[in-house]
Amino acid sequence: MKSWIAFWNILRKDMKNYYLKPPNISWGIIFPFAWTLMFFIRSQSSFDVLSILPGVVSMSILFGTTSMLAVTITFERKSRSFERLLLAPLDLNLLMLAKTTGAIIFGVLNAFIPIVFALFLTDLSVVNWFAALGSILLMAVTSTFLGLFIAVSVSEAFEAQTFSNFFRFPMVFLCGLFIPVPELPFFLRPISYLLPLTYGADILKSSINGSGDILPWLSFLILLCFSVFLFAFSTKNVKKKWIY
Amino acid sequence: MIKINILEASSLTKKYGDFTAVNDIDFYVEDREIFGFLGPNGAGKTTTINMLTGLAGITSGSVYLSGVNYTRETKKAQRLMGIVPDESNLYDELDGFENLTFCAALYGMEKRKREERAGRLLQQFGLAEAAKRPFKSYSKGMKRKLTIAAGIIHEPKILFLDEPTTGIDVASARQIRKLILDLNQKGTTIFLTTHYIEEAERLCHRVAFIVDGKIVRIGTIAELMKEVQQETIVQFTLDGDISQLMQAVTDQFPNFTTEILGENMLRIHSTSLIPLMPFMKFFEENNRVVFEAKMIRPSLEEVFVKVTGIELGKMKKEKEKKGAGGKK
Ligand SMILES: Nc1ncnc2c1ncn2[C@@H]1O[C@H](COP(=O)(O)OP(=O)(O)OP(=O)(O)O)[C@@H](O)[C@H]1O
Ligand SMILES: [Mg+2]
Repeated sequence: MKSWIAFWNILRKDMKNYYLKPPNISWGIIFPFAWTLMFFIRSQSSFDVLSILPGVVSMSILFGTTSMLAVTITFERKSRSFERLLLAPLDLNLLMLAKTTGAIIFGVLNAFIPIVFALFLTDLSVVNWFAALGSILLMAVTSTFLGLFIAVSVSEAFEAQTFSNFFRFPMVFLCGLFIPVPELPFFLRPISYLLPLTYGADILKSSINGSGDILPWLSFLILLCFSVFLFAFSTKNVKKKWIY
Repeated sequence: MIKINILEASSLTKKYGDFTAVNDIDFYVEDREIFGFLGPNGAGKTTTINMLTGLAGITSGSVYLSGVNYTRETKKAQRLMGIVPDESNLYDELDGFENLTFCAALYGMEKRKREERAGRLLQQFGLAEAAKRPFKSYSKGMKRKLTIAAGIIHEPKILFLDEPTTGIDVASARQIRKLILDLNQKGTTIFLTTHYIEEAERLCHRVAFIVDGKIVRIGTIAELMKEVQQETIVQFTLDGDISQLMQAVTDQFPNFTTEILGENMLRIHSTSLIPLMPFMKFFEENNRVVFEAKMIRPSLEEVFVKVTGIELGKMKKEKEKKGAGGKK
């Protein structure tokens, strides 16, 4: 009970102080908004909108979540207020969950920007919403933990930004968002299958336009494994590097 | 009154690679006392606090806090302590009230209770008017006070204060010392570190001298003072630089210990009475004007110098570099 009071207050403070601040709203919301517009203007028919939607949704999630951890963790670590959290009688796993849940929620909200857009442009009744929502949530979790992984591996906020771009931009091309993985040059394909976003995007494709290549349940399982691994690794890293 | 130890540390050691920051120290803190760690920069004070509170891993040794084995049940022990670091680490963008209620929430306090307590503390610490201002707009002294308030919001049994008065002005430092004494009177045990000798002497019941990661002396102020009880000290202030004169002084008065205190100040130590006239005559013969000559009652300062061999001038310089906190 006591731990949950702490959990909820950490989450609420981060939401109020970081996520709902104008610079983050612009980065987190206007950015996906801009790309949604760009892609949809280029696509001609409503069929095109459906074929592009999974990629745009995935990108919104990826960019919305990963950039946030640089602030909520790296920045707080730099200003030493993170020490306060480490000194609280709160289990480290719960603390790290509290620090990441905000980003997950933010990522999910970001995913809906292109979806709302698409609603006006095409008929979305063919979508398997159950699978789509599942993959949006799981993708938000995985990419948040990827951001966490990056945030605890660096010491400066700008390093976190640079480092996460190092991951993000190749992912946009390698995860089958716009170029299907089987059409990539064969030597790049193994890399694609090492990236979590590939699986999330694939479930989205299956559920939105039926063009997925991997069994959805397998993708779910793999995403789950990625999440658990990234989270456990990051928590261990915090213990090792920050409680030195 | 029965004395209970609230904290016991044995063979506590911290190594950073090959470097030993804290070297096999033993001490205890009694319930409801103010215990001080006194030592120069880099002595290992912060490292010790970090080990006791959970920010630094313990290389070897053990800590018991209120009977809880600290290394095994860190989180349980952390519930019992309040921590005020050497630099304020509250949230710049939150106001004073929000900072306090947030810190209370970290310890699982209910909303109504934490708001009531935050209000009361802001009042007690003279910060009520600044309650709705963002932390980043606070002065250094206000920041330190709010950080102390945040450290006690959950009513800890023991409060750790790392250099509570370093880097703030004299008036705020005095206020903070008063707050510390008040807290202690109301029953909070206090562990503090400082490199101001007078501060340790004024605030603490017991003091440990720590130098290069080792505790070199530990005891109540009265116990420590025994070391210098027989000593008399006379302090001379001259008209100018005295360094060239020192050799002549030691040659002329071989039975006294001399010590340079500043550019134009020196002290004569002896276990017997020090006659003033021969010294006055000596300075006159050397064409020096004596501005001031006074007997000094031995203080903890003398004990510290005697035990650690650290020149007072050195600690004083550090003091000036770090801020104007120490003098009263
Ligand atoms: N993370 C670290 N890695 C390596 N050495 C460290 C680390 N932290 C502290 N030290 C070293 O340990 C020694 C003790 O440092 P500590 O900060 O405990 O001193 P202190 O007594 O608090 O000094 P001050 O009065 O300056 O605060 C110093 O020599 C310091 O350089
Ligand atoms: Mg220190």
